[in-house]
Amino acid sequence: MTLEATSPVVMPAEGPVIHPIWVRVTHWINALAILMMIASGWQVYDASPLFSFIYFPSQIALGEWLGGALLWHFAAMWLLVINGIVYVTLGIATGRFRRKFFPIRPREVVRDLAAALRGKLSHDDLSVYNAVQRLLYVGVILAAVVIVFSGLSIWKPVQFKYLTDFFGGYDFARYVHFFAMASIVGFLAVHVALALLVPKSLRAMITGR
Amino acid sequence: MARQRKPIPGVDPKSLIKDAAKLLPDQSRRFFLRGAASLGALATLTGCDIIDGPTAESALRVISNFNDWVQARIFNPNTLAPEYPESAITRPFPFNAYYSEDEAPEIDGDTYQLEIGGLVDNKKPWTLPELNKLPEVSQITRHVCVEGWSAIGSWQGVRLSDFLKMIGADTTAKYVWFQCAEGYSNTIDMPTALHPQTQLTLKFDHKTLPTAYGFPIKIRIPTKLGFKNPKYVTAMWVQNNDAGGYWENQGYNWFSGQ
Repeated sequence: MTLEATSPVVMPAEGPVIHPIWVRVTHWINALAILMMIASGWQVYDASPLFSFIYFPSQIALGEWLGGALLWHFAAMWLLVINGIVYVTLGIATGRFRRKFFPIRPREVVRDLAAALRGKLSHDDLSVYNAVQRLLYVGVILAAVVIVFSGLSIWKPVQFKYLTDFFGGYDFARYVHFFAMASIVGFLAVHVALALLVPKSLRAMITGR
Repeated sequence: MARQRKPIPGVDPKSLIKDAAKLLPDQSRRFFLRGAASLGALATLTGCDIIDGPTAESALRVISNFNDWVQARIFNPNTLAPEYPESAITRPFPFNAYYSEDEAPEIDGDTYQLEIGGLVDNKKPWTLPELNKLPEVSQITRHVCVEGWSAIGSWQGVRLSDFLKMIGADTTAKYVWFQCAEGYSNTIDMPTALHPQTQLTLKFDHKTLPTAYGFPIKIRIPTKLGFKNPKYVTAMWVQNNDAGGYWENQGYNWFSGQ
């Protein structure tokens, strides 16, 4: 039995709840937290860039200077991590992850990706994720796990030195942290674009239906 | 700021000082967090003005203080910073400060005295020959800058915990405060001062500390970010009040432990 099944969700005639309240709340808290982490992280990056051709203008960054950005980054991290723990715990405990994200079959991913690129992927039933969605949602959760732990390894390379070693040492862990950010930003670009293309999916994440 | 020789892509070593200037907040900005454009959209989205300058800044400082508390608990006095072989030393080790290398203070080693104050039994000042007679410890550890880059250096000197005990410091006091020749200062927590790798450093790579690396005394703390490793140290006080520090007072996290 799952939490979702036992929750006393009021269901008027408008149809079933696609996203239970805990998914919607953690989703939007996460959106706020991740935007603060990315924008402040960009400002931190600029203090010692990893790539000569990548620089983030302060207009799109947060914190105005390194010190301000670090204050934002190490404040928003608590929101990101605590909210993330609630989300992952409920996702596993309620069985939602298992039901919604799995199985992921490579053949279906290829099929759905091809259909999506031809603009022929159906969104009639928002309660069922297609294979590409499943892959991307699981992928971004894994990227979030990597970004949190690589970040921890950069923050505490002495106290958590074995974690830092796991990420290839202090200097390499910075690259891991950067590329985890880049993959999350890539996900966000697709995610936001598709949410705007299919407005009812955005509505479902707000109202639940 | 200065950086290691092994080029970090995109960094012109000559522009380092300009970079350092850029990192400093504009003095005219009373609230350095105001006007973050990227959060403007976010504020609209959430319907609350979370970027109100003074409010956000004081909230962030409260969280930073909480992070000091968390880090003091994460800090394990027995956890040692990784040590490296001689071959791993970054050469040349970068000069790093908020001013250029030719502005670094030149101190006369013959007349220099380390002033001792605060909760200490023996406040006799120390000359360099006296300090150089004390038992020497050595470490090759990674210096991690708050900016993100790192460099491995070799430091020799007196274990600070031995020195504190020798001069009869009250090691139950909360802080050790360092004053530097150019006006820089740092306050560190006593557990970090007593960490076995915290060093009153007199040499770099077995040679007298050059001016660039803090002659005559640097405090080498491999469990702290670089800016908590003061150079050109002229005075050390053991005390129970937090006297802050040059960067900490401008917004860098106070504990800044690694």
